Amino acid sequence: MNLAVSLGELELKNPIMPASGCFGFGKEFSQFYDLNTLGAIAIKAATGEARYGNPTPRVAETSSGMLNAIGLQNPGVDGIIENELPFLENYETPIIANIAGSTLEEYVHVAEKMANEPVIKALELNISCPNVKEGGVQFGTDPQLAYEVTSAVKSVSSKPVFVKLSPNVTNVIQIAEAVENAGADGLAMINTLTGMRLDLHSRQPVIANQTGGLSGPAIKPIAIRMIHEVRKQTNLPIIGMGGISTAEDIIEFLLAGADAVAVGTANFKDPFICQKLINELPNTLEDYQFNSIQEVRESRCHNPSISL
Amino acid sequence: MIQEQMTVVKNSSIALDTFEMVLTSNTIPQRANSGQFIHVEIGEGNEHMLRRPISIADLDQENGLITIIYKVMGEGTKWLSKREESNVLNVLGPLGNGFDLDHHVGDNILIVGGGVGVPPLYHVTKRLSQHNNVTAVLGFQSKEAVFYEKQFSQYAKTYIATDDGSYGHSGLVTDVINQLNEPFTTFYACGPNGMLKAVQNQLTYLEGYLSLEERMGCGIGACFACVCEYRSQKGYVKICQDGPVLKASEVLL
Repeated sequence: MNLAVSLGELELKNPIMPASGCFGFGKEFSQFYDLNTLGAIAIKAATGEARYGNPTPRVAETSSGMLNAIGLQNPGVDGIIENELPFLENYETPIIANIAGSTLEEYVHVAEKMANEPVIKALELNISCPNVKEGGVQFGTDPQLAYEVTSAVKSVSSKPVFVKLSPNVTNVIQIAEAVENAGADGLAMINTLTGMRLDLHSRQPVIANQTGGLSGPAIKPIAIRMIHEVRKQTNLPIIGMGGISTAEDIIEFLLAGADAVAVGTANFKDPFICQKLINELPNTLEDYQFNSIQEVRESRCHNPSISL
Repeated sequence: MIQEQMTVVKNSSIALDTFEMVLTSNTIPQRANSGQFIHVEIGEGNEHMLRRPISIADLDQENGLITIIYKVMGEGTKWLSKREESNVLNVLGPLGNGFDLDHHVGDNILIVGGGVGVPPLYHVTKRLSQHNNVTAVLGFQSKEAVFYEKQFSQYAKTYIATDDGSYGHSGLVTDVINQLNEPFTTFYACGPNGMLKAVQNQLTYLEGYLSLEERMGCGIGACFACVCEYRSQKGYVKICQDGPVLKASEVLL
C-alpha cells in the first residue's frame, strides 16, 4: 500500500515521524534501525545559544504517560548545524528543525540559519514549550504574539513553517487562525500539557522544575479533540501528535484531521516503535476497510466539504 | 546496545523492600561490563511508559546470567518484584559506560556504597579483588536493609554502617572511612547524591569514580533527561550515555 502523504510542498513517503525532543538528533536511534524508513524526523529544539536546561529530576512517570521538564537543553543552532546535521545528511528522510527562542529576534535568527541548511526540509516553530521561563509557551498562548512570531519567521524562511501549538489554552482555534493568517504552512499539534506530580515521602514535586509537560497515551483524547476542532476551521496540513503508540491511534488521528503523525513518548518504551508502526499501518488500514491514507482523510467525520 | 527478551531465573527478597533478580539471555550478558545498566520495560499495555534503569550487580558470562538488585520504590518496581521464574522481560542493554578496571594491579582500592547504590559495586569488587587489595564500606538505613555483606566479604575487607546504628558501625560511611588507615590509591562509589557529595569532599586527594543514579527517559542519550554538571565541559553530561560512571573530580553534585 502506498503510504505517501503531502504536507503542502513537503512530501513524505509515509505519515510517521518521531516527535521533536524524543529522538535527539537521530544518532542514538540509528543504532536500532535504518532512519531512511521514517516519513520524516523532527529533531530536538534549537535555540540561538547553547542551553543547559533545567535541574534534575527532569522526568517522572505518570499513569499512561510521563512528565518532562528538560528545559530545551541543546547545543545551540550553530552547534547543531556543525555537529549534528552532517550525520543526518546520510539519510534521504526529510529533517524538520524545531525552532525555539526567548525573544522574537532569537526565533528569527535560529529559523533563518536552519532554513538555509539543505538537509532541513521544514521548520517546526515551537511556541509551546511549557518548561522554560522565557519564550516558548507565551508565544503560543497569545494569538497576537503567535501571529507576530510566525510572520517574522515566515519572512526569513525559504522552507515550509509548521507551527507547533500548545494545548494549554482555552481556545486553540484562535491561535490556529492567527498563525494561519500569519502565513504558516502547516500546524503541529499538540505539545505537552502542563502537569505536576508530588512525592508523598518528600511532600515535594517529583520534577525539580515543579511542573512538567505531560505526554503519552494519557493525553491522546485531548489531542484528538483539539485536532478535530482545528480541522473544522482550516485546510492547513496538520502533523498530529499526543500519545500515539499503535497503528490504530494513527488512523484515529488521521480521522480527526491530521495528515501525518509524530510519535514521542512511545519511543522511550519501545525504541523500535516508529518502524513497527510503519510496518503495521498498511494491514491496520485494511482491517478498517481503508485502501489508502487518502481514503481515511476523505472519510473524516465532519465537514466533508473540506478538500485536502 | 540491543533490545532482548530476558528470562527470569530467580527473583527473591534479600532485604527490606530489596530484591535480587537473575536474568538470562543470549546476547546482553555477553556484551555487558561491570558498571553498565539495563533498561527494563515494566507492565503490560500502556500504564507504564517509562522503563526502569537498573545497574548490573553481577555478571556470569559463562552461563549467560545477569544479576540485578532493586528496591521497591513505586508501582513499577512493585510489578518487577512480582515476576516469577521463567517470566520474560523486555530489556534494553547493556547501556552506559562501565568501570574501566583492567589497569589496576596491586592497588589499594576503596569501594563505597550506599543503599541501592551498593549493587553496581559488587561485580567491580569481585573483579578488582583478583589483583588488588580491596576495602568495601557499605552504608544502609538499618539492619533490615543490609544485603550482600557476606558476598562482599569474600572479596574485600568489608565494613557495614547503618544510619540508625542497628547494625555494624553506627553512622555514615564517611565516619567509617575516617577511621581507616589504609593508603588507598583509588575509590569507586555509588549511592544517594548526598552520600556521593560527602565522599567526594572527603576523598579529594584520591583518584575516584562515581556511578550516578537519575530518573531516566530513553536511557540511550536521546532525551536529555538524566544529566549532571561536569567541570571540564560547560553544561551537562548525560548520565545514561556518558556515564553512569564518571570521574569524581569532574562531577558537580
